[in-house]
Amino acid sequence: MSPRFSFRRFGAVLYKEFIQMRRDRITFGMMIGLPIIQLFLFGFAINADPRNLPTLVEMGDNGPLTRAVIAGMQNSSYFAFKGAVSGIGEGEEALRRGDANFVVVIPEDFERDVVRGQRPEILVAADASDPSATGGAVAALSGIVNVAIAETLVGPLAQQAGAAPFSVVVHREYNPEGKTSTNIVPGLLAIILSMTMVMITAIAIVKETERGTMEMLIATPVRPLEVMLGKILPYVFVGYVQTAVFLAAARLVFGVPFEGSVWAFFLGFNLFIVVNLALGFLISTAAKSQMQAMQLSFFTILPSILLSGFMFPFAGMPGWAQVIGQAVPATHFLRVVRKVMLKGGGLPDVTGELWALAAILVVISGIAMLRYRQTLD
Amino acid sequence: MSEGLVIDVHGLTKSFGPKRVVDHFDIQVPKGAIYGFLGPNGSGKTTTIRMLCGLLTPDEGEGTCLGFDVRRQAEQIKEQVGYMTQKFSYYEDLSIRENLDFVARMYRLDRKKERVDRALADLGLADRARQLAGSLSGGWKQRLALAACLLHEPRLLLLDEPTAGVDPKARRDFWDEIRRLSAEGVTVLVSTHYMDEAVQCDFITYIAYGKKLIDGPSASIPEMVGLETWRVEGPDLPALEGRLKTEPGVVQVARFGTVLHVSGTDKAALEATVDRLTAEGTHRWSLQVAGLEEAFIYLMTGARDNYADDGGKRAA
Repeated sequence: MSPRFSFRRFGAVLYKEFIQMRRDRITFGMMIGLPIIQLFLFGFAINADPRNLPTLVEMGDNGPLTRAVIAGMQNSSYFAFKGAVSGIGEGEEALRRGDANFVVVIPEDFERDVVRGQRPEILVAADASDPSATGGAVAALSGIVNVAIAETLVGPLAQQAGAAPFSVVVHREYNPEGKTSTNIVPGLLAIILSMTMVMITAIAIVKETERGTMEMLIATPVRPLEVMLGKILPYVFVGYVQTAVFLAAARLVFGVPFEGSVWAFFLGFNLFIVVNLALGFLISTAAKSQMQAMQLSFFTILPSILLSGFMFPFAGMPGWAQVIGQAVPATHFLRVVRKVMLKGGGLPDVTGELWALAAILVVISGIAMLRYRQTLD
Repeated sequence: MSEGLVIDVHGLTKSFGPKRVVDHFDIQVPKGAIYGFLGPNGSGKTTTIRMLCGLLTPDEGEGTCLGFDVRRQAEQIKEQVGYMTQKFSYYEDLSIRENLDFVARMYRLDRKKERVDRALADLGLADRARQLAGSLSGGWKQRLALAACLLHEPRLLLLDEPTAGVDPKARRDFWDEIRRLSAEGVTVLVSTHYMDEAVQCDFITYIAYGKKLIDGPSASIPEMVGLETWRVEGPDLPALEGRLKTEPGVVQVARFGTVLHVSGTDKAALEATVDRLTAEGTHRWSLQVAGLEEAFIYLMTGARDNYADDGGKRAA
């Protein structure tokens, strides 16, 4: 009589899976190469706080104060002045074409009005079709202009203008240099793991069905649990390798700190891997072919990127999107990683996220096991 | 379990959605027999085999396989059955030896290396053991599959169209092996489309659209079908073939090379037709012992009509 669980059979499936993994060069390359490529793309190429945005100016006035304002904007490195336009119409045309992100309009008699205390307006037309591109610059603008005015108007003129010299202090907590990579690199770990773990597990299982080897497997005395564990564990190992590569690159290339508790990270990381494997397993019960498994995996990856707080601030999303986002495992792992790596968090800081991951795991694996029983027949 | 019966099942029924794939199927297979399982594509052969080895649970019906209940003791059945799937179902990205090793571990076999080495030697693949299974030709894949499902020395072999896409020499070797196993007391249930393989079987059952049409020792199948067959030789057979199809008493005209086999179930009517045509003197007619092939062609045409008329008896 065959035992309920045989370590020999489980070991055989595990060993077989490693051989297949080694022979499938492309997938193996993808598992190791993908994290590195993504890391460099997101870490270097994507910048949510862009500088040197092309800017045009309409000079209605040409006095020292005006020039000080322009110089101040240029020095802030947010704005790169590309030239002058005559009239707002020409400026808007440039915005529409995408030649410039900003058009600055200095009104006529600007200096005279400032001196008279009439608070003239500087109009800045911004291309807001990409708010994240121009948001930082817009936020910094009033501070820059006020500083420029305060520095230029000294003595009685300053009092007459009524513009009390003040400055806006931007205090960037946890990321003092305002580098996007410090924010995006830890989050990227959540995305890379979701992407590869879900997809590879789903494909590995569907492959057995598609190639007909599943029929041979279930005709032998092997138990479903032995097959599942034997097939999934190698990918847990892959997840470890990916994370190790990732953490090394984050530290050495991007200088991202690791401030908090290693244990909190390790716990969240393992839980997250298991959740993703369960999700891959669930997909494999629905997909009929490897192609379908791939497509369904991509379907789960989109919310991980868009709704987890990775791309866009979680708090800035509408309520319904936040509800969906809460159900996405990457959302919680992302918070664990950011809290632990950047804010120096420990286990108590991430308990809530760990419970959320555990709850998602229970739901996903529950559905997966129900579906798996059905598909055996 | 009845004495000497390896498979003894009654009323096996399986539906996938609204489609009833196997409909109240009975079979009794004696120990050591080679039992041929025939029928057109999609007739439910594979589904029946899967139910027999515990891969599928029947909706209705019960019985035993190797003395174990097909519904409740699938695990025990799997330990002692060798099942060869229709499609090659071993790992193409594993080597021949790795595949055999894997299967040996699935059955937790002792003396694993010895068994695998012997299987490789029997296969004549000892020097190619490290070659990937995916690089083998159809015939070699089939031999590997057979070796793999014999590794645990099963008492019952279930072979699902094992020789599809295999060249004649390899098919002959394969059947020699099956005969040898049968002589050793291994029971074999084999599904096939090939008549030359059907005649190798001790018993034959014919299934169409999930229903069993005939079942018995292969030698008595033509008699059970009750066909009388006349052999015709002569010029311009296609014209004669067209004409014969409308003649009274003729149920089936089948061409075999340069002769026609004309069969019918109503002997008197057929003989009347033959007499009339013989009188024309253009062709030579001779009475022939009806073979399996005519019997199956007849069954296949009949089955389709049965299905269309919802079980109505075919009129001659």
